[in-house]
Amino acid sequence: MAKPPLPLSQLIAEYGPHLSHEPWGGWTTRGEPDRVVPTHCCFCGQQCGIQLKVKDEKIVGFEPWEAFPFNRGKLCPKGVKRYMQDEHPDRLLTPLERHDGRGFAPIDWNTALDRAAREIQRIQQTYGRDGFAVLTGASLTNEKAYLMGKFARVALRTANIDYNGRLCMVSAAAASKKIFGIDRSANPWSDLPKAKVILVAGADIAECAPITTDYLWQARENGAQLIVLDPRMTPIARTADLFIPVRSGGDIGVFNGMLHVMIARGWINREFIAAHVTGWDAVEASLARYTPEYAAAVAGVPASMIIRAAEMWGPAESSFLLHARGIEHHSKGVENCMAAINLVVATGRIGREGSGYAMITGQGNGQGAREQGQKCDQLPGARDIENPTHREHIARVWGVDESSIPHTGLSAVPLLEAIHAGRIKGLLLICFNPVVSLPDGDFIRDALSRLEFFGVIDFFMSETARYADIVFPGSLMEEDEGTTTNVEGRVIHHRQVVRPPAGAREDWRIICDIAQRLGAGDKFAFQSTRDIFEELRRASKGGVADYGGITWERIDREMGVFWPCPSADHPGTPRLYEGGRFAHADGKAHLQPIEWRPAAEEPDDDFPIVLTTGRVVSQYLSGTQTRRIGPLVDQYPEPRCEMHPRLAASLGVADGDMVRVESRRGAVLVHAQVVKTIRPDTVFVPYHWPLDQSANNCTIRALDPISKIPEFKICAVRVSKA
Amino acid sequence: MSTVMSELAFFIDYSRCIGCQACVQACEECDTHRGRSLIHLETIDRRDSVQTAPQVCMHCEDPICARVCPADAIKQTPDGVVQSSLKPRCIGCSNCVLACPFGVPKYDGDVDQMMKCDMCYDRTSTGRRPMCATVCPSGALAFAKVDEIMRTRQGRAVNDWQFGDERVTTKVFVLVPTEVTRVAVPVIPLSSLRRRRPPDPYDVAALLEAP
Repeated sequence: MAKPPLPLSQLIAEYGPHLSHEPWGGWTTRGEPDRVVPTHCCFCGQQCGIQLKVKDEKIVGFEPWEAFPFNRGKLCPKGVKRYMQDEHPDRLLTPLERHDGRGFAPIDWNTALDRAAREIQRIQQTYGRDGFAVLTGASLTNEKAYLMGKFARVALRTANIDYNGRLCMVSAAAASKKIFGIDRSANPWSDLPKAKVILVAGADIAECAPITTDYLWQARENGAQLIVLDPRMTPIARTADLFIPVRSGGDIGVFNGMLHVMIARGWINREFIAAHVTGWDAVEASLARYTPEYAAAVAGVPASMIIRAAEMWGPAESSFLLHARGIEHHSKGVENCMAAINLVVATGRIGREGSGYAMITGQGNGQGAREQGQKCDQLPGARDIENPTHREHIARVWGVDESSIPHTGLSAVPLLEAIHAGRIKGLLLICFNPVVSLPDGDFIRDALSRLEFFGVIDFFMSETARYADIVFPGSLMEEDEGTTTNVEGRVIHHRQVVRPPAGAREDWRIICDIAQRLGAGDKFAFQSTRDIFEELRRASKGGVADYGGITWERIDREMGVFWPCPSADHPGTPRLYEGGRFAHADGKAHLQPIEWRPAAEEPDDDFPIVLTTGRVVSQYLSGTQTRRIGPLVDQYPEPRCEMHPRLAASLGVADGDMVRVESRRGAVLVHAQVVKTIRPDTVFVPYHWPLDQSANNCTIRALDPISKIPEFKICAVRVSKA
Repeated sequence: MSTVMSELAFFIDYSRCIGCQACVQACEECDTHRGRSLIHLETIDRRDSVQTAPQVCMHCEDPICARVCPADAIKQTPDGVVQSSLKPRCIGCSNCVLACPFGVPKYDGDVDQMMKCDMCYDRTSTGRRPMCATVCPSGALAFAKVDEIMRTRQGRAVNDWQFGDERVTTKVFVLVPTEVTRVAVPVIPLSSLRRRRPPDPYDVAALLEAP
């Protein structure tokens, strides 16, 4: 039985979110710190360098870390205030056990771990090994991501492990693997200021990756032109040379239309294509119909914008293409990304200084956490779980029979659907808050309530943890040591700044403790996260994401090391594909024609408006951490529904009115913010909030057939004054 | 430009600002006014645009706030930083609040004195950069050498202002188009503003109706 044991109001009163408004000890007693520890921010894939101030073994503030080359001291408001999650009154300090009608009762660690192990064994004996599943997160360190994958495959031997990167990077990852053969940004960020034209598609950089702003502006100071595709005029779009207010899901129209014009004007690099590319002829044939007029109809923008974009992009001497969730969160997310990459490959402007391509990872370890084997279809080193050679290598590292390693399991949303359907009966979850972050919220809550056993590891009582039978109090990023891999593919070192508070425990110890109770102690005899990293290095060796030559000492000395780095004397690889050498066996980039198709749910007479969702700069993902930090909550206290004055007038809605945004699946109640900076056919609601304020009550459980990413960026709604 | 090229100076480039409020959040972390942010981040008109603009104290060479202070509570350091009011002297009259052409000083009722940006004097006087200009992710705020800014930015750094008949020279520079040598804000009768409706460059609906 996994249901909240008390009415939510009582759980919220006890476990929060409450707001922390001051550092430990208050503003006036802070004094000089005992030490200042250089480490990294945990909020988003930029992974900015930051120094945390420690006094009396409490984190009391921050100091910019100007020596770290990626952000040179720069931070967004989340980075500035991240230290306020330490010493937070909501912090879980004991394992908790659910008692229906009475709430959560504190229990000791051994009792909690014994119960979890007993339930896992009972469920797996009754329903089979795959009847117990694991869900994890992309904010975990590489070490923990590796450990979770090994825990599922070796200790549980379940196929069903997946992670919340499924909501984030998988469309970009699949597109890059198909075309280039590697899932990673192709260039370091230091290439951005050297590009003469930059195209940003579906990335609200100011809100979601603020540190990248300075790189764009540096490029512009150097004479670059900036093209931005977004249904909303974002802060980056406001001063772009060309802003294309594309309708959500219409991006392929712009990309294919640009290529059509570039073919007609002779701006295709046919020499490069002949030497380094397969599939171009089919792409070229498919583009014949994408005249500016047809492309404009698909994209929902004037044809003149598409022609202008082609004129800026086509003949440029160097270029950089960036994209993020805006084109990836679609039931054609992989195709959107592939169509974008076609623009890069057709010009041959990749693999050299100032020319290239990157996806902007969203989550803290959005890059690294997808390489270490916690995806349902991958093994460490970004290896393929169905590839016999890959399986053999990992089996040797783990000391198990190859045949004992499960095959591909269910991805995040089908995994929840299997719980709903009663095929999965038990779940262990860490670093994931699906009650807020998955689409079709009512369905997700219903699914969780059907579990026979639900264990959650978290440092706060997340909205999802309220459904748990046992909650294990885990560790914050700054309470453990390990590595992450930033947006560029740069592996960096998070230091343990303080120890977890009494009663809480490092996440990796909790997992090893459970593994030991399941009889797999010999495979999880790690004494430190460094031990885990050393095994990760061996496991990744020879794989696509090769960390073999990376050590924590090298990371500190070199301010990060870019994978692939196969040996100790290898310098790492900041820029991929130099000399047009791609990662497929034939060394070529593999292009495919991309045809636009509609979203799973386009607007109609009953639900005539497009809802698109996204983020605000002061909140991180499902808000488990940032909705507890007072100054960040004050900055943007609750979600608002952005709508154009024309739409507002037709609905009889004024700025500040409470509105009900309703889809076929559910509704969200929010205040209207009437702004001219959004398409009149579209409304926008950020998704960081739970319950009545959850935009994901409305979103649709439609998935990309390849990446299985949910279609967060478009569904049909009606909006009315509440 | 009176500042020596190799000296560190404060620059504002309003066109770069993304409104993220990192400056606001970082300002209250400064050790001399903990928990209280003294930088202003203006949202110009959210209905029409996402444009925002940060405003630090401009540190006038001849500070009007100090000139109008009847209690002589506002002092300037030898290197030209205009400080918050001296607590024993400030009478909370708000003359400075009304007189400042940049709208910087604010009377703070909690502490019963005028508080304003002092360019993080505790940091800058010990060789560190101001909080806001260090963290600003867009480079809208920068504390850098003049020659570095000239090398890496387009446009011109200006510290010469005219408000109606009032000429002001500031320690802080703003980046403006190259053809501008002085920021002149003429006195504009309100009636003329009502007559001239400015164009609406940020209306997405209008952009979509282009041919």
